[in-house]
Amino acid sequence: MNSSKNKYQLICGAEIHVELNTKSKMFCGCKNDPFGADKPNIYTCPVCLGMPGALPVPNKKAIEDCILIGLALSCKIASVSKFDRKHYFYPDLPKGYQISQYDEPLCYDGLVETSYGPVRITRVHMEEDTAKMHHAVVDGKKVSLIDFNRSSVPLVEIVTEPDIKSPEQAKEFLKKVRDIIRALGVSSCDMEKGSMRLEANISLSSDGNLPNYKVEIKNINSFRFFANSLEFEYKRQSDILDNGETPVQETRGYRDGRGTVSQRKKEGAADYRYFPDPDIPPLVVDDIWLSSIKSRLPKLPDQIAADLVKAGVIESAAKIIVNNPDYFSFITAILTLEPSMVKIAANDLVNKKIDVNTIPEQYLKAKKAKADDKITDETILKPIIEKLMTENQALVEQYKAGKTGVLGFFVGNVMKATSGKADARVANKLILSLLN
Amino acid sequence: MKYNQLSITQAQELLKKKEATSLDLTKDCLEAINTLEPKLNAFVTVFKVEAEAAAKLADKNLKSGIWTFASHPLAGIPIALKDNFSTAGMKTTASSKVLDNFYPPYDSTVVKKLKEAGAIILGKTNMDAWAHGSSTETSDYGSTKNPYDVGRLAGGSSGGSAAAVSSHEVIAAIGSETAGSIRQPASWCGVVGMKPTYGRVSRYGVVAMGSSLDSPGPMTKTVADSALLLSVIAGLDPKDATTSPNPVPNYLQELAQTSISGLRIGIPKEYFLKDAQPGINNLIIEASKQLEKAGAKLIEISLLDPKYSIADYTIIQRAEVSSNLARYTGVRYGGGRELLGAEAKRRIMLGTYALSSGYYDAYYKKGEAVRQLLKDDFSRVFESVDLILAPTTPTTSLPVGASADSAMFGELADVLVEASSLAGLTGINIPVGFVGGLPVGMQLIGRHFAESTVLAVAHAYEQSVNWKDNH
Repeated sequence: MNSSKNKYQLICGAEIHVELNTKSKMFCGCKNDPFGADKPNIYTCPVCLGMPGALPVPNKKAIEDCILIGLALSCKIASVSKFDRKHYFYPDLPKGYQISQYDEPLCYDGLVETSYGPVRITRVHMEEDTAKMHHAVVDGKKVSLIDFNRSSVPLVEIVTEPDIKSPEQAKEFLKKVRDIIRALGVSSCDMEKGSMRLEANISLSSDGNLPNYKVEIKNINSFRFFANSLEFEYKRQSDILDNGETPVQETRGYRDGRGTVSQRKKEGAADYRYFPDPDIPPLVVDDIWLSSIKSRLPKLPDQIAADLVKAGVIESAAKIIVNNPDYFSFITAILTLEPSMVKIAANDLVNKKIDVNTIPEQYLKAKKAKADDKITDETILKPIIEKLMTENQALVEQYKAGKTGVLGFFVGNVMKATSGKADARVANKLILSLLN
Repeated sequence: MKYNQLSITQAQELLKKKEATSLDLTKDCLEAINTLEPKLNAFVTVFKVEAEAAAKLADKNLKSGIWTFASHPLAGIPIALKDNFSTAGMKTTASSKVLDNFYPPYDSTVVKKLKEAGAIILGKTNMDAWAHGSSTETSDYGSTKNPYDVGRLAGGSSGGSAAAVSSHEVIAAIGSETAGSIRQPASWCGVVGMKPTYGRVSRYGVVAMGSSLDSPGPMTKTVADSALLLSVIAGLDPKDATTSPNPVPNYLQELAQTSISGLRIGIPKEYFLKDAQPGINNLIIEASKQLEKAGAKLIEISLLDPKYSIADYTIIQRAEVSSNLARYTGVRYGGGRELLGAEAKRRIMLGTYALSSGYYDAYYKKGEAVRQLLKDDFSRVFESVDLILAPTTPTTSLPVGASADSAMFGELADVLVEASSLAGLTGINIPVGFVGGLPVGMQLIGRHFAESTVLAVAHAYEQSVNWKDNH
């Protein structure tokens, strides 16, 4: 889909929503666990129900997690930012507005490298999730039910510049962002459950410049669907442009197997009547707070992969490890606990498929115990071997006559005498030197 | 003498000496309500059964010693609440039929603190619907009448609380002010009305009007009562991010400890309007002379013309109203959105317009810039004075029906308190006398968190004269 092969250059920007896994919700003390709740509307209070008189108080941990994501995506962090009210009317939004950040996001000007070129991050900001709608049939009647367990769950939005040029790049970029956020431990990024949600803004350019329209694709819940929608839109928009027309500025939804489907035509931008939320004072991130957040920043997948290669792990194995969240957290722990064991652990992960649920400390202990058990001490093994030789002079003679097969007898008996604890390599070497 | 006539401190003396019980106080208040309500309409809801039960419990706890007046500074005192304070399980309407059947599942922080201090919640007072107005004439439950002349208005939006205190239906009440809603009805009804610094008292659980302005505060018979109530309801609230961590002093104790000798009181000439009702400005000047006699220094000062604050306040408040009322068009609390009154609809439309793309910069953003100028103006003046003294309102109470023809009625009635509200300052209304048989109020405006100074000077004035003799 690059311009040498095709008439048009694909231009795509991504919007990524990530639900944070903080203990409580964004603006109240309610439990943040919409997926774990066994009933609807059990994690609610006047604040997340938007009741008369209720007020939002920002969750400090969520703000720190949002900044952490910004830092991991190489963003600048605003020393002063604010929350704004974004007004729109929908049943899943009880206050009639969503608390978001409009013109002063927490994080801005970031960058993520991909093998197809860099993708600039416009902004990373903090907002709240909406309630969840369920369309159901109750007593034969079609009804829409609302579950407020998700209402006001902390939501981070990551917006990119239109730097994505191909479905392949999109996939690599999105995976990378997901792996980074998982490495930070601030979100499960589970697209099936909706804790990570994707939107694409797609247009085609014939001259490399940004065209005067864009098509927004919503409700994309996998990287593959994201790539598919780019391919589908490339074809659809090319056909329109080939006819000398301009694609309509609109919102489309992705349907697996059908491509993108028109949802709503846009007459310019919707008017959300943003204004600073008077309930929340401006957010000041001073140097002390910022450096304490920075100290939480773990090594990210790229850095860990580099460390692994340095430790002697082959590059393909390093890649496999950092792309698997379980492997990644395991190896990260080993790196901090016992760096000298990293190569062995990497091998165990990739080739021996050890149980990734093993606690890293226990894994190291077991390894060490096994190593400790082996008798490598020659002063212990030597008398055993010498005794064996004295008792079996005939076999010694046979060996000397060229029957090297008898070596096995000695090794086996050393093992027997030590209940299998003798280090076979050491015993072998010792027997050979004594025989000769 | 009936117990409902008492102030909080007087009632406490009787409770301490065991000469009266909380039930006595409560019953006398309920009786006064019963007698006066047909004429005044100060209440939306009266909690007769609940209040009597709470009073009996207070008496029991005081008797057994579980409660002391130190642990429960409002033990057994019947208090009325403006109907925009959420009361758990008790109807809260904000005087709008939209909330006609709303029983909140939670207490507002102010109510929680009052209950913890041992107060008896007697009922919920009438107000302009959603606090939109300065007359209570936008209430869906009828307007509240002025106890001094039932052909006239109590003012608003906390008109019910002002009238209830003024007529001794209660011992004290709580109101809330966005710009004038405590001080203006207090002025018209001849009671003390204290507007704390924005952020001094939690807004959690108060049906929001102008969120960057709303300030709950006491409405009482004496300055000392306001000081006592404020000490109870003020303070940092983890549920309101805009509350201040500044420590809360014991305002009642500070009344006696603060000397007004040498205190510099600024008299802003722009606040003595040429077209003010004759007699009002003179009464205020006389009152200021009284403070001069007590040792204060009067200094003539100049502030921005208060007329500028009308437009600015209107833009900012309408914008916030349009946003704050959005929730009632979705979730229904008994009444549907078709029950929103004309005033609420006007405010929603104006505020929506001011926030719309293409108009935001010209209105809301400019409004915020003007607000900063007003704040700066006060900061400048407070470099050379400790307090500002002016009339609270340019007229005494107006006749019933006066607000009907004027969509800007409230803004004009509140012209002298809007600038200080926009600046988030603290202020108080204290009655200083009568013009034409109707009360006149003087306001004192202090720096941010200078409630102690404001209360001390108001107290000194109150102690130096019997205001009811000033005609």
